[in-house]
Parts: sequence; structure tokens; C-alpha cells
Amino acid sequence: MKPKFGVVVFPGSNCDHDAYYATKKVLGYEAEFLWHKEPDLKGSDVIVLPGGFSYGDYLRSGAIARFSPVIEEVVNFANKGGIVIGICNGFQILLEAGLLPGAMRHNESLKFICKDSFLKVENKNTRFSSEITKDVIRVPVAHGEGNYFTDENTLKDLEANSQVVFRYTSPDGDTSLEHNINGSVNNIAGITNKQGNVLGMMPHPERCVDPVLRNDDGAGVFKSIVKSLVN
Amino acid sequence: MREPKVDLQLALEHGLTEEEYGWICEKLGREPNFTELGVYSVMWSEHCSYKNSIALLKTLPRDGNRLLVGAGEENAGLVDIGGDYAIAFKIESHNHPSAVEPYQGAATGVGGILRDIFTMGARPIAALNSLRFGSLEDARTRFLFEGVVKGIGDYGNCFGVPTVAGEVFFDESYKGNPLVNAMAVGIVKKDRTASAKAAGVGNPVMIVGSSTGRDGIHGATFASEEISEKSEAKRPSVQVGDPFTEKLLLEATLEIIKEDLIVGIQDMGAAGISCSTSEMSEKGDAGMKIDLTKVPLREDGMTAYEILLSESQERMLVVAKKGKENRVKEIFDKWDLQCATIGVVTDDGILDMSYEGEDKVNILAYDLVLGGGAPVYIRDTKEPAYLEQKHKFDFTKISEPENISDAFKAVFASPNIASKRWVYEQYDTSVRTNTIVGPGTDSAVVYIKEMDKAIAMKTDCNGRYVYLNPKEGTKIAVAESARNVVCSGAKPLGVTNCLNFGNPYKPEVYWLFKEAIKGMGEACRFFDTPVTGGNVSFYNESPDAAVYPTPVIGMVGLIDDVDTIMTSNFKDKGDVIYILGEDYEEMGGSEYMKVTHNLVEGNSPHLDLQTEKDLQDTLLDLIGKKLVKSAHDVSEGGIITSLAESCISDGKNLIGAEVTIPVKTREDFTFFSETQSRVVVSVAPEKIDEFELFVSQTFTPFTKIGVVTGTELKINDKFVFNLEELTGLYFNSIPDKMNVTL
Repeated sequence: MKPKFGVVVFPGSNCDHDAYYATKKVLGYEAEFLWHKEPDLKGSDVIVLPGGFSYGDYLRSGAIARFSPVIEEVVNFANKGGIVIGICNGFQILLEAGLLPGAMRHNESLKFICKDSFLKVENKNTRFSSEITKDVIRVPVAHGEGNYFTDENTLKDLEANSQVVFRYTSPDGDTSLEHNINGSVNNIAGITNKQGNVLGMMPHPERCVDPVLRNDDGAGVFKSIVKSLVN
Repeated sequence: MREPKVDLQLALEHGLTEEEYGWICEKLGREPNFTELGVYSVMWSEHCSYKNSIALLKTLPRDGNRLLVGAGEENAGLVDIGGDYAIAFKIESHNHPSAVEPYQGAATGVGGILRDIFTMGARPIAALNSLRFGSLEDARTRFLFEGVVKGIGDYGNCFGVPTVAGEVFFDESYKGNPLVNAMAVGIVKKDRTASAKAAGVGNPVMIVGSSTGRDGIHGATFASEEISEKSEAKRPSVQVGDPFTEKLLLEATLEIIKEDLIVGIQDMGAAGISCSTSEMSEKGDAGMKIDLTKVPLREDGMTAYEILLSESQERMLVVAKKGKENRVKEIFDKWDLQCATIGVVTDDGILDMSYEGEDKVNILAYDLVLGGGAPVYIRDTKEPAYLEQKHKFDFTKISEPENISDAFKAVFASPNIASKRWVYEQYDTSVRTNTIVGPGTDSAVVYIKEMDKAIAMKTDCNGRYVYLNPKEGTKIAVAESARNVVCSGAKPLGVTNCLNFGNPYKPEVYWLFKEAIKGMGEACRFFDTPVTGGNVSFYNESPDAAVYPTPVIGMVGLIDDVDTIMTSNFKDKGDVIYILGEDYEEMGGSEYMKVTHNLVEGNSPHLDLQTEKDLQDTLLDLIGKKLVKSAHDVSEGGIITSLAESCISDGKNLIGAEVTIPVKTREDFTFFSETQSRVVVSVAPEKIDEFELFVSQTFTPFTKIGVVTGTELKINDKFVFNLEELTGLYFNSIPDKMNVTL
């Protein structure tokens, strides 16, 4: 069976084509676009909330998108254990929708940042990371509001439950503060929910899947998802 | 509202001349009313009519090679890249708005050029920008620089186009009048392009996208005069950008084109509805009957004059096929955008517009537009007196520096040479997952998934060279941009140009313009890279002084085999370093003379077109045969800068080199000379015989100068540079300057 990735298209999504291309054309899975106005997941096995600027993000990133008709379905799907991955703006929407804890602030530099980030894979026992072979992967970031924040108790819970999957690091795995590119607490780049079926991450794994772009470190994320479905 | 009485005085206030006002009355057979005067004034402004440039622009090579539409025929140039696909690209200036309102000025510059691309039916796949500012030591310059970069980033990032290449140049000459030139590149199936013409009597004319407000009224007129103390008052003439709406407009526009629902489409930029209705009508030998009452408005009480002159962004004028208007409306509804039918196409060539039941405009479309009734002037020219003085300058009288190492470090840390990472990290460079080579090397390389090919692109111009020798300097701009794409392994296809000059009514300025056009024509013919279109921006003068004449070239090249893509950094220890081309110790307009002696003197470097062409052909063959592992051209900062960049520009993997550069007369001249037609390459040791044999059969001279090795850059056994130190100078120079409190 070919698992099907449902890529939600909000007005202002701009990484929707990239997620579609990475999963369908490069990795060979099924993929379909899901229009935000239609509360129908069309039988998707995995939901992707892609990057972009939903509704322009003139308010707070993701704050309006969470009210889109499709989101209610996504929340139901997630609550039933369905796999949801939110990338960049998708992560922000998951926070706004309450599927993941915490909030995003503007980057510490107050500037948009686009560059390759190095991510330490903190937990390889998740449905999003089991097939990642390297300990540190190189994945581009492109965001203005990626400075993850949460209160101390939640942070303790996240760490205690090993919900932190990716942390900003140096190329050789040093997660000290100087390698924190945007000010996120504990260098957090990606987390799952407690149940482990919802992942939010600011870096863009879908941008590094095709070897022609000279980096396919992101492919492991999608391969892990598929592996967990097949199992 | 009572309209002002139209007379000569009012026409002059609208920026028209007495002569032009006379022609308007003659063409109409009467005096224009207030609304018509407004329409004429924007359509005959320099910005829309190209009245002082079009005669000379027509001397440029505007067809041939792979051009699918001639220059100026559509909103952007269109170049065949084989198979079913073509590339649309264009560059445009937004200098004046950016000078008074850097954030919105730059943002709407990006928005405008993106619309020019997708109004052709092409999906934008890359953006570039060419920026010029005063010195970063100046607080207002830092304010402008910060705002422009943020404006470009916020617009392109939200829209979802990767900003992959460009240039930033700092010189006091641009202090009061920064140059902000935005370029965009798009891809389109050849059988799915759209045209900017109105045709078919009775076809509905629709306005789509944003509603129309009072922003940007007379933007085109503002862009057609010099910047002065009074320019601050023109801040309301700067439009306000909404990249989110633009993104929706893109998707909706491509859908209506894909479904074949329309006859023609044109974006609304300068002069808004006036320009789009008149140009589309004229192009289709048609007219339009328009009811302005039907235009969706942002605010109450707008007059016909304001509606016609509004430059509200993110709007398009569409001529739909009759009967398809409902489907067009459905698509715009889906994207939550405005869509209103405001009139029909007629066959009398007349723009007949009414508002709230009153006739407002009755003008022959032909009379308004470029290529029709708009004035065409050839201005007086006079060679500027400074040139002779400059050319006489004797560089041998300048003493050698006491410490060449220190001189080099100063040059390498100059913001013109130093890494622009502070800029491009604020731009999304990898969205759309096509960016194979991003900013920070000779040219950007973007993958064309549809064809498994890639295109390389770059903008280039050195205004100092053009100031010292407009013809030669412009030839260099063409040559260097071509050389840059060749260094990435691409064959140059064509250019777009953005000609930034001063006031054309000053004979010295017009002489510079004319010479620059001559140089561009010669070079583009020689390299078979036709000019696909572009933009002229006159009146780039601030109260202090005129800016350097700056004809920016945007070059696009094609890479057939993505395995041959080349980059500029050294790869492996043991690789042998060669220089292709020959040095003539040329110091005129060099970064070295500016940084160490604050001099912009002498003549520009010389450019021999045949030598340059030979070099590019040779290099392209070498890359195709995989005989070189890196290629980096020698330009500002000389060979020493090129070598240092190849050691460190990767930013992550530093790799040293040991070289011996043959000195002709003086070490500083040799190291910092900006002689053209030179490229530094590195070759795997097992390939050097094959490499040398191949190059010796070409007309391109080559010299073995050293080897990739160690962790330092060592030159002529004398000068040793620590790579960590060079990295610090190169990457921290601009951030350090920008971290100063404004």
C-alpha cells in the first residue's frame, strides 16, 4: 500500500507544492492537496500542514488559519491517533490549534532567518525520526517567528517525556546556546505531542529530500512516517 | 467635488510641458477635462512613456537567439529553453519610492516585477535584486539599507519566491538616491502564455485582485522627477504592498489562464487603470467602454481622477472571453479576491469612461501610449568635462602601500567586497525546492524540475566604471554578468536591463546614457544575448549630486546537464590553481583605489569583446568536460580577492592555497587590478595534462599559479593570511556596521 499524504492548502501557504513534490515525486508516495475551505481529509493517512504565510500572518502566525473549516477535521484526525506533521507555518498553526503546547515569538534577532540549520536528532524512537540514520542532520530554516517558548512546567514535561525530537546544534552536535539560531527555549526545533502522533518543526525537511539539491537529509522524516504506518 | 479648471498652468503642475499640453489639445481637438489631464500626465510621464529613451532603446538587439517575444511587446521577456517551456524574466526599478519610504518602496518593487512575470502566465521561480546605497558610515543610509532589505524579504518570503542572487554596492554617490532594482524569473509552458492585449468586441473587461484606494496616486509622475527636499511630501505617492493578496492573485491568475478563459491580461503598476486600459486597447487595436462606478473601492468619495490614477497594488485588468465571466468570478471568489466587470471591449479605439453617470474620459488609446501618440524625444548630448580629467590620472604617482597585507584586509572587509550574508539570510532562498546554488557565489542556479535542467542568473553593474567610461563600463556589465553565469556552467541566453541615470534634460547625463546604450548594444550583439526588455529610470539625482550612471544587467543562462554545475570555492587539497586570461594592471575605478586612497579616477578597465567571448567559450567547454573543479571570476578587489573568496566563501569548509602571481610592475597593481576577462579555476592533479592541452588549443591564455593546500592563503612566499581572520573580516563586516545604533 502507498500511504497518502494530504497537504492542506491555506490561502498564503507557499510550501504546499514543495511538500507535495517531496512526498509524491521524489519519495514516490501518494499525495493530494486538501483545500482549507473543505472539511474533508479525502482518506489521507498523514496530514501535512505546510509552510507559508497563511492569511498573510499579519496577525499572529497561524492565528487565523486555525479557524479554517479543515482544521476541525485535522484535530479530530489527530485525536484519533492520525499522524499530523506541521512544518514552519504548519507548526505555528498546530500551536494555535492546541495540538501542541507552547507558542512562537519573533526570532531573537527580530529578523527573518533563512539558512541551513543543523539539527540534533534527540529522540529516534518516534514516528517521525526512526529512519533517520545520522545523529545531526542539515535542514534549512526560513522563518521570522520561530522562537519557541513555553512555560517551565510544560518544558519539563516535554523533556521528561522525550517529546523534543530536534534541537538546534553545531554541525558536530554541540547544543550550546551559540548554536541556537532563533532563541527557542532549550534550542527546540521540533516537538511531538505526548501521544507521539503529531510533530511540529520549524526547519523544512521537505526542502532537502531531492538529491539534485545536494542535500537529502530531510527524507528520513517522511520515511519514518511511512515506516510507522506500515507497521 | 468641483474639478479644478484645466489650463496650461495646471498642466505644468502635472509635469507636462507647454509643448506637450499643446499636443494634447491638438489631438483632442479641445481642452482636456481634469480627469483626462490626469490620465495624459501619467501616461506621458517619463516612467510610462519612455519618451526620452525609447528611440535609443530601439537600437539594442531586441530579437534573435531564443527570444519568443520581442523586447517591450509584452510585460516581460520570454526566452525558449527547449522542450515545452520558456523562461519569462524582467528587471525594474523602484528607486524613488525607496528613497522616501524604503520598506514599502522596495516591497512594492518586488510585487510589481512579480506581477509582470505572472501576468505572462509564468509562475515566478526566482527573484533577484540589485541595490545601491551611500556609505554605511552614514546613519540614514543604514536606515534605508535596513528598510529596503526588510521590504524585499517580507514581500518575497510571504509570496513564496526564493530570492537567490543580486548585488549590493555602496558608494557616497548613491547617498540621497539609492537604487533598488528588482528582477524576477518565471517558468511557463510555451502554449500557455498570456498576452497583454484587448480584443474581441463585446468581451468583458474585468478588474481583479485588490480594491482600489487612494494610495500611490501620481507615483509615475513622482518617479519622473529629481529627488529633492520636497520629496518627503511625496510619501503618499508610495504604494503599500500586500504580498498575501499577491500570492492569491498569482494562483487565481494562473488558473484563469490555464482554463483558457481570457483574451488578455495586464497587471496594474504605474498609472493603474489608465495605463492598463490604454495599453491593452492599443495593443489589440481596440477601444474600451468603462463604467468606473463598478470598480471596487477601498474608500468612499473617490473621484474618477483618483480611481484612474490610483496605483493600489495587487490588481490586474482582464479581458475575458464573452460568456466566461462567471467562471472567472468563481475562481476569484475561491481565492477571496475582488472581481468586477467594469466594461466591454469596443472597436473604435477610444477609451470611453464614465463615472456615476457622467462622461469623464474620451481619448483615443493610441494617443496615450508608448509606440503610439506619446512624445518621443532625442535629447541634446554633451560629453561631460570631468572625463578628460579623470582619464589623465596617473596611478604611478600613487605610492605603494607600506603594508600590502593590511591594504588587502581593508579591501576584503569593504562592504562592496565582503559577504552579503547579512542581506540574503533575511531572504527565503530555498522555497520551491529548486535552489541548487544560492547566493554567495558567482551566480545562482535554479533547478527546472519540469526538464531536469537548470538556469543560472545574475545581475551586474559597476557604476564607477560606467561613470569613468560609459560605453566600456556598460560592455563590462554585460560581459561580467555573462561571465558569472558561465562560471556556474551556464550558456548565456539573454539579458534584461535596468538603466538608472540622472536627469535626461541635462546634456551630460544624456551623453552618458547614449554611450551606455552603444556599449550595451555592441556587447549584447557580440555575445548573442538579446535584450528581452527592462526598464529606464531617469532623474536619479539627489540634492547633493547625480548618482553614477548605472545600467544594471540581469543575465539568464541555461545549464543542460545539472551534473556540470560549477561553484566558486576550492574543493580539495592538491588541486592545481590556474588563472585564465591576462592582467594589464588596471586601477581605474578599482575598489582598491577607493578603499585605500578614496579615489575614483582614471579610465575603466578595457574590455575586448573577442577576448571575453573566447574566455567564456573556453571555460564553458572546460566545465562541460569536467576538467575544472572550481571557477571564480576576477572582478572588484582583483585576483587576490578572488583567491581569498575561493578559500573561504563556502563559510563552512575553509581551505587554503599557496600561489605565485607573476608581478608586472607593482605588487599592489597586480594583486588589485580589475582587468576583465579573467577567471581563477582549480583542476584535479590527475587532469592537469588534459586541462593544459585543451586550453592551449584555444585563444585563452592560462598560467599555473599554485595549489590548493593547508589552512592559509600564501601569496608569492611573502604574504600569508590566516583563513579564520579572513573569514571574520569577510562575514562580519556588514553585520558589524549594521549593529551600530541607528
